[in-house]
Amino acid sequence: MTALVEVTDLAKTFDVSAPWLNRVIERQPRRFVHAVDGVSFAIQRGQTLALVGESGCGKSTVARLLVGLYGPTRGDVVFDGRNTAQTLASPDARALRKRMQMIFQDPYASLNPRWKVRDIVGEPLREHGLAMTEAELEAKVAELLRSVGMGAADMEKFPHQFSGGQRQRISIARALATEPEFLICDEPTSALDVSVQAQVLNIMKDLQRQRGLTYLFISHNLAVVRHVADQVGVMYLGRLVELADRKALFATPRHPYTRMLLDAIPDIAMTGRQRTPVQGEVPNPLQPPTGCAFHPRCPHANARCSSERPEMTLFQGIRIACHGVTEGRI
Amino acid sequence: MAIKPLLEVRHLRVEFPTRRGTLLALDDVSFDIAPGEILGVVGESGAGKSLTGAAIIGLLEPPGRVAGGEILLDGQRIDNLPAEAMRKIRGRRIGAIFQDPLTSLNPLYTVGRQIIETIQVHLKVSAAEARQRAIALLQETGIPAAEQRIDQYPHQFSGGMRQRVVIALALAAQPELIVADEPTTALDVSIQAQIIALLKKLTKEHGAAVMLVTHDMGVIAEACDRVAVMYAGRIVEIGPVAEVIHHPAHPYTAGLMGSIPSMDIERERLMQIDGAMPRLNAIPSGCAFNPRCPQAFERCRSERPDLMPAGATRAACWLHAEPLQVPA
Amino acid sequence: MTPAPTNPPPALTVPLPPDAGVLARFFDGNVWHSFKQSPMAIVAAVIALVCVVSALGANWLAPHNPMDLATLELSDARLPPAWMDEGKSKYLLGTDDQGRDILSALMYGSRISLFVGLASVAVSVVVGVGLGLLAGFAGGRIDGFIMRVCDVMLSFPSILIALLIDGVGRAMFPNAHESLAFFVLILAISLTGWVQYARTVRGSTLVERQKEYVQAARVIGVSPFRIMRRHVLPNVLGPVLVLATIQIAAAIITEATLSFLGVGVPPTSPSLGTLIRVGQDFLFSGEWWITIFPGVVLVMISLSVNLLGDWLRDALNPRLN
Repeated sequence: MTALVEVTDLAKTFDVSAPWLNRVIERQPRRFVHAVDGVSFAIQRGQTLALVGESGCGKSTVARLLVGLYGPTRGDVVFDGRNTAQTLASPDARALRKRMQMIFQDPYASLNPRWKVRDIVGEPLREHGLAMTEAELEAKVAELLRSVGMGAADMEKFPHQFSGGQRQRISIARALATEPEFLICDEPTSALDVSVQAQVLNIMKDLQRQRGLTYLFISHNLAVVRHVADQVGVMYLGRLVELADRKALFATPRHPYTRMLLDAIPDIAMTGRQRTPVQGEVPNPLQPPTGCAFHPRCPHANARCSSERPEMTLFQGIRIACHGVTEGRI
Repeated sequence: MAIKPLLEVRHLRVEFPTRRGTLLALDDVSFDIAPGEILGVVGESGAGKSLTGAAIIGLLEPPGRVAGGEILLDGQRIDNLPAEAMRKIRGRRIGAIFQDPLTSLNPLYTVGRQIIETIQVHLKVSAAEARQRAIALLQETGIPAAEQRIDQYPHQFSGGMRQRVVIALALAAQPELIVADEPTTALDVSIQAQIIALLKKLTKEHGAAVMLVTHDMGVIAEACDRVAVMYAGRIVEIGPVAEVIHHPAHPYTAGLMGSIPSMDIERERLMQIDGAMPRLNAIPSGCAFNPRCPQAFERCRSERPDLMPAGATRAACWLHAEPLQVPA
Repeated sequence: MTPAPTNPPPALTVPLPPDAGVLARFFDGNVWHSFKQSPMAIVAAVIALVCVVSALGANWLAPHNPMDLATLELSDARLPPAWMDEGKSKYLLGTDDQGRDILSALMYGSRISLFVGLASVAVSVVVGVGLGLLAGFAGGRIDGFIMRVCDVMLSFPSILIALLIDGVGRAMFPNAHESLAFFVLILAISLTGWVQYARTVRGSTLVERQKEYVQAARVIGVSPFRIMRRHVLPNVLGPVLVLATIQIAAAIITEATLSFLGVGVPPTSPSLGTLIRVGQDFLFSGEWWITIFPGVVLVMISLSVNLLGDWLRDALNPRLN
């Protein structure tokens, strides 16, 4: 079965050089950040792929590349058999936009503070001509709000009258307006309290079941990822280091960075498990390490790791980019 | 307890007068912190945990004000001190760590100058001695090449490093109590672990007690000895960390623990508490949690419960009232 | 890195019914409340209102019509204000050298001044906000170009620019109708004022553009022009309102200056500046009222509008609320 979304060697480089005049006068070189550096994965219909990583790993950039907010520097995103970059530049762009939507992290900045909820949720309906009359629009908006556990009367209110969790639900309602097949969720619950997060995650799971949605779920919280994902990809400094089935990843994490991340999770159950001490910090993306990006922090790094960049290879049913694992050292 | 507590908070009330009436943000909050103890204060947004910390340090933003109750440091009242006296206490006896390391440090001064300034303001030492102490503190917090980095500016440090500097700054005047408000929330998860470990180690070594305010139960589990759970401006449960986490006596605490996705148990649906924390102008009568509580009964709606013994912890819940009071 | 979850600050609002209209929301809001509490704002508003009403209603409120040459009586020329000796109660603030009632001239003159001031600000706002939005949204070369134009315009004193445009206008159309003079004058003043709006709006646009609600609109497929107009524009207008209020006073003064210099409004429609200039000739012969009263009114209008602008800036500042 072909995947709904297939990403091949996706890359995005940002030019962060100083302005031209400064560069000439101060003789500075041009500087680039390889926010995403060759990422490949596939998502099956109805499944959830989670991308985890810490700040600067490029997961949010991947999300924006998939939905078309950025154009890729290299690589392809193929949605239902068609290349998205090309489609978005063609007259078929509207049809594609209807089929994939996005939910953002910040519940306070993702809704226009001056618009009523009715207009916010109704905008995609208006834009794509999905409602012929005002009455029809209102009916659809009411139904969308109900499907995320809110009331129809809420459509007359403004965003500032709602809490963070409710705003996020309004965002979800807006994203579902065009009945998309694919939802990209950029840290949708990171800014929410834990009990509110539980509500929103439950709603998202219910909706997925009811509508057969496919999710790309970005997060830095491995516990949340464990709850929602079918497949998990771990990113570090713009590259995928491990991509595996959820059960496999959490049961037997292979990549040293994945293990480090899992170890860093506070132990709420206080089982007293041993944690290997964590070292170092994420390096400056303007000066990424040579070879494997993780080698300065890796307890198992050798000479090859510092000179040769590992590629994602199939290894015992998972995909992993690590010399140590593929050589059998770790 | 047998040991005299370092910090005592008794029936603290904090109000916000607004043009539509006065809002009660903290309602009869009482707890103690023993010397050298790490007390966690956990709650969701709007529960009042940051306000409690701010009230103790004396940094309540006007128009908020302390409207009742007492705060005692080592037996001495500090909530009613004039600004100058409070300033002396702040820094010398109470240190503070805030959430955002970017804004906690003055970007215009070197890191060293800020630490040395703090030391010299509160301790009577020479400039050279203060510099030595500052370098030693930076080394203790794990900043490599401290003698060189002491003269660098905050923007030259990464987020985690900056937070270490902030910890050094908080410890500089050798305070007895540190109030830490969400010290790890703005950091990556791997750095969080480092900072929590550092905080625990240093406060034990320096003999400082810590009031650790956070919404992250995981941080509480790792760092704290005791924890107070806050809801709608009140403490609803307080007790040793292991007990509160594994045997929560208050339904809100139980709901909170249930909604945290766990690494160990797999669940199809997370336990959720329906509804949301009440806004300050709409706090229900009786127990503030009663509209959302699956076990609420008549008494909960009319009478507000105080903290009462409930197994190994204390909880503000009528479920744990003495056997003589039969639930309606 | 994620911020700690925060809810909105302690709820300070008793909720209005959901379908409350715009007016009901305004009177319930912080802005109106701040106004009621600020004596300075109330006084300034009252003064401004009096000036505006008397200016607009000059046709009905003025005791005399200084424009109508038939009603003038030369024998009544140079009379002092009514409370002095030799003054007549018919002419409350005295008369000028042609027998025109000063009070009426003030009302008609204020009307001209206000009209020119408001019209120039309106044009400035439209041009400035439009260019600012474009610069902020388009970025790149367009942004750079517009900002350089702003920088160039700011390096010239506004009066000189106004004089230049005015002079060019007159040179190009020497026998033109009066209304063209007004048009040129308004153009001259507004061309010096738009830069502030452009810069402010550009800054705000750059901020709003990064916000997720704009990105959400892009993901939905809304065209950039619609996003600018319907999403970004309402959110960047706050500071523009404050600027515009204060700019009205500046525009009125600029117009008065130009008219004083003789290159402003045509002499047949005297504004406050013209009156000041005309009266200046009589100042040293002791007939102070001809120039002082227009000056006082000019100051009152500018001051009250400036005070209102000050209050508005504080009222709209979310942090002070």
